[in-house]
Amino acid sequence: MSKVSKSPWLLHYDASSCNGCDIEVLDCLTPKYDIERFGIINTGDPFQADILLITGGVNSQTESVVKQIYSQMPEPKVVVAVGICACTGGVFKECYNIKGGIDTVIPVDVYVPGCAARPESIIDGVVKALQILDEKQTALRQNGGDS
Amino acid sequence: MAKRSIVPFGPQHPVLPEPVHLDLVLEDETVVGAIPSIGYVHRGLEKLVEKRDFKQYVYIAERICGICSCGHGLGYCMAVENVMGIEVPDRAKYLRTIWIEMSRVHSHLLWLGLLADAMGFESLFMESWRLREKILDMFDETTGGRIIHSVNQVGGVQKDMDSTMLNDVLRAVEDLQKELKPVIDTFLQDYTVQSRLKGTGILKRDDAIAMGAVGPMLRASGEPYDVRMLGYAAYGDLSVEPVISTGCDSYARCEVRLKELLQSFDLIREAIGKIPEGPVSVPVKGNPSGEYFVRIEQPRGEAIYYIKGNGTKYLDRFRLRTPTTSNIPPMVEMLKGCQLADVPILILTIDPCVSCTER
Repeated sequence: MSKVSKSPWLLHYDASSCNGCDIEVLDCLTPKYDIERFGIINTGDPFQADILLITGGVNSQTESVVKQIYSQMPEPKVVVAVGICACTGGVFKECYNIKGGIDTVIPVDVYVPGCAARPESIIDGVVKALQILDEKQTALRQNGGDS
Repeated sequence: MAKRSIVPFGPQHPVLPEPVHLDLVLEDETVVGAIPSIGYVHRGLEKLVEKRDFKQYVYIAERICGICSCGHGLGYCMAVENVMGIEVPDRAKYLRTIWIEMSRVHSHLLWLGLLADAMGFESLFMESWRLREKILDMFDETTGGRIIHSVNQVGGVQKDMDSTMLNDVLRAVEDLQKELKPVIDTFLQDYTVQSRLKGTGILKRDDAIAMGAVGPMLRASGEPYDVRMLGYAAYGDLSVEPVISTGCDSYARCEVRLKELLQSFDLIREAIGKIPEGPVSVPVKGNPSGEYFVRIEQPRGEAIYYIKGNGTKYLDRFRLRTPTTSNIPPMVEMLKGCQLADVPILILTIDPCVSCTER
């Protein structure tokens, strides 16, 4: 990554994770890993978010919430699936209430595997998401969309 | 009469990392009722016991919750061992005790950070989580995982700690205790913290007992009840005294958890001093047949594990009652009469773990 052209805001949602990845996502914001040095902050408001971090497989009750949050985020937006449950369903894949990975509900741009995903790999995923965000922004401008 | 309105709280909200939904019934700014609805993290893990054999299920049990992971593995393994009549080696019992006390330290520091964050005390949040990294580093060194450790197995533990690791844990505990002193002082003496916590969320001792509160919630209401007194794992050889406070409010709950941190440091030191040599696991033959209840003290309170085996490698039933389940009725009671702005802090003081509760 050559440069960060934007200070992206994160939105984190737990779509039925075991908490393991969630506390690691929060860990990224605290002094040891500190992704705020890239200008990234955690917001609770979908309308202000650029990157959506989702942990855990989707179950029947969170499905509509995930779709709603995704639709509330402004374009361009990037979705990062954190942890193996968010990627494929993981160890919970055979549970009766799990539909599978996040990509069964909304499009996912970056997959971060691991159980629980380590903060280093989550940061790596977010940095990849930044590149994709840049590309989407450029494409949006060319199509005469949001400047 | 003031106008009544209902404010939905959650499931996606900035207070907790987990989805939980509450309908708050308000009269102006005062909460008169709260209706919790859960199910956002329900996966159906108890049912999965029919598809995984009883040794594999340890890994699923540990993933019921990422914060209480070590305890869930321990509770499940103890239940299976009791059904099968397996005697776990002494060294394994001590190692289990050390790991579960370390996980108590990590869980309480995590909670303290979230509480500071809910009060808007950002630097205290960062400091608590910075200190928590020391314990996570020790987990990384001794088990190979930061959050999910997978150390418990039926018949003992998977990994041994050599003397270098034990010394590193001792040193980390020493450092942590020294660095934690100013944090504890801030939580207990700072004016802003006291003004948010003192006198809010009153839960009287009789109410706490009647509504079945457990763990630090119950002990902060003055009832000396701690399941570690039963002496499972190596607790029988160690000196465990319940930490209590008689304040009955949010401040008392914070105080109990702070003192439990110091108690955990003492227990880790004592266990490392007394740990015997020997094997860390015994071979397991046959399949479980019969049923058993196990109670253990998780960081959030008493958790109950029930298993029923039928003589095959698949269990018939696994049941878990988590501390948060027991603490929800007292929480709803506590919320009545509080101000809307205090709701996030009051919810946090029960240390809710939605992932355990819904499985």
